[in-house]
Amino acid sequence: MKIAVCIKRVADSETRVKIAADGKSLDEAGVKFILNPYDEFAVEEALQRKEKAGSGEVVVIACGQQSSQETIRTALAMGADRGVLLEAARIPADGLLVARALAAELKDAGFDLILFGKMAIDDYNHQVGPMTAELLGLPCVTCVAHLEIADGKGTAEREVEGGMEEVEFPLPAVLTTDKGLNEPRYPALKGIMAAKKKPLEVKPAAFGTTGLEVLSMTPPPERKEGRIVGEGAAAVPELIKLLREEAKVL
Amino acid sequence: MSHVLAVLEQRDGSLRKVSHEVVTGARRVADELAGEVHALVLGAGVIQGIDASGRYGADKVITATNTGFGSYAPEGYARAVAERVQSGGYGVVVFAASAQGKDLAPRVAARLGVSLAADVTEVAVDSGMVVVTRPVYAGKALLKVKVTASPAVVTLRPNVFTPVERPKAGTAESISVTGDAGRVIVKGIKAAAGGSLDVAEAPIVISGGRGLKEPANFKLLEELAGAFGGKAAVGASRAVVDAGWRPHGDQVGQTGKTVSPSLYVAVGISGAIQHLAGMRTAKVIVAINKDKDAPIFKVADYGIVGDLFEVVPKLTEEVRKLHG
Repeated sequence: MKIAVCIKRVADSETRVKIAADGKSLDEAGVKFILNPYDEFAVEEALQRKEKAGSGEVVVIACGQQSSQETIRTALAMGADRGVLLEAARIPADGLLVARALAAELKDAGFDLILFGKMAIDDYNHQVGPMTAELLGLPCVTCVAHLEIADGKGTAEREVEGGMEEVEFPLPAVLTTDKGLNEPRYPALKGIMAAKKKPLEVKPAAFGTTGLEVLSMTPPPERKEGRIVGEGAAAVPELIKLLREEAKVL
Repeated sequence: MSHVLAVLEQRDGSLRKVSHEVVTGARRVADELAGEVHALVLGAGVIQGIDASGRYGADKVITATNTGFGSYAPEGYARAVAERVQSGGYGVVVFAASAQGKDLAPRVAARLGVSLAADVTEVAVDSGMVVVTRPVYAGKALLKVKVTASPAVVTLRPNVFTPVERPKAGTAESISVTGDAGRVIVKGIKAAAGGSLDVAEAPIVISGGRGLKEPANFKLLEELAGAFGGKAAVGASRAVVDAGWRPHGDQVGQTGKTVSPSLYVAVGISGAIQHLAGMRTAKVIVAINKDKDAPIFKVADYGIVGDLFEVVPKLTEEVRKLHG
């Protein structure tokens, strides 16, 4: 089974956001970067599928700066076979551009499965997977939390409001992975050493033109200082009164 | 002049409530463009509740039917919506950033060859172009983005665009869509144990963290949620989801869901930065925690310092009195 996993380097979720001097982006100084947590499920799923099939290849593809090589190496250390960096001066805010660059790389490459995390925890765009599928003319299931594949067909479950949607699809397909699909492995020391020797190809990303123009990045409005209503169960009647009369939410 | 297409959602033949938010958001844009709102719903037949769309500002309500459209059909829906956008010459297309909208809108946008402004919390028009605000880094920053693509395709974060009544004619039109549902087939939806209300769409969210000590104690939160008469959902912190106490779909935070309910009650949650990111846009935040120095009190409008095992049952009792 030949599987591609599209991954992204993102700022860690504990990051305190400081806005860069351009007023439009994150000041990356001192920020810790990680493999996007949802992409870990995609990498893990690819590795398990290949192990189960007994043969195949897992190719990790990222779009971004040279620094994304480090993120690719993390996935290689988990067990992926080789990496491709589609190099760009920065990761665009427009998901369509990333989808175009990925589709150009993935087209006619013979992948049975193309996996993505369901979203990146930095831009919350939630779109690159299904856009890439559309550009490639492939079926796509997003937010997969349970997956079975047999005889060139897949069955997946995805979370929707109030339940799990059961979906059937043929391969080849694009899937985006959700938490709950599997338990991503930690790279072992042996894997980390091996990853250094695995092939990692770097080529320029082909984006095309964007339809989004970032005007500004600003901190969210501060929430006004709240107050402690009181201590213990005795404070509940006062809380109810405030919620009804002051906040007017009850 | 440019018209706005509002793409609505149905489940089991009934219009989903989030659709009213989509019409409301679309109306806001259409007013600034001096255009009309056309509401589009896809289904296998007549959709219950669709006529309400006129009340929220739809000039025209289009039901597009196909025998394969009873359940969500990613490819068939994408093709039908894209065709309608092109034949109708719409300048703006609006979806909900719901489970379906987040799947469908990117496919439609890519099919049309345009960018997508996803999960927006504000939408306006400047010199004829749509300008959106979208939270990034889970709400730790706001990005203001001008959509230069035409049509402008936008998804609206649920619970942010409170439905506003703006009665319009709501003329009904029915079209039948040819072709099949596509290769991805939805077989059905297995209902979640916790009921049909999702934390991302619930007007009230009661979330619990490690302070609850063990999974069985979430019963206290379910009772409190129940006291609100079907308006509240139970959420959870990452710590308790990772520990396997609660399902992944209930997780609120940067690696879970970002929620904007009118009331968020954090119970036994200390308030790690990644959790705060997921709920800071709630209209009113209440925190119940035994540690008076817990960071959650920094963002809470109202706090009670105390033992949640005493405070929550009392709160449930008082809420029941209001709703009883």
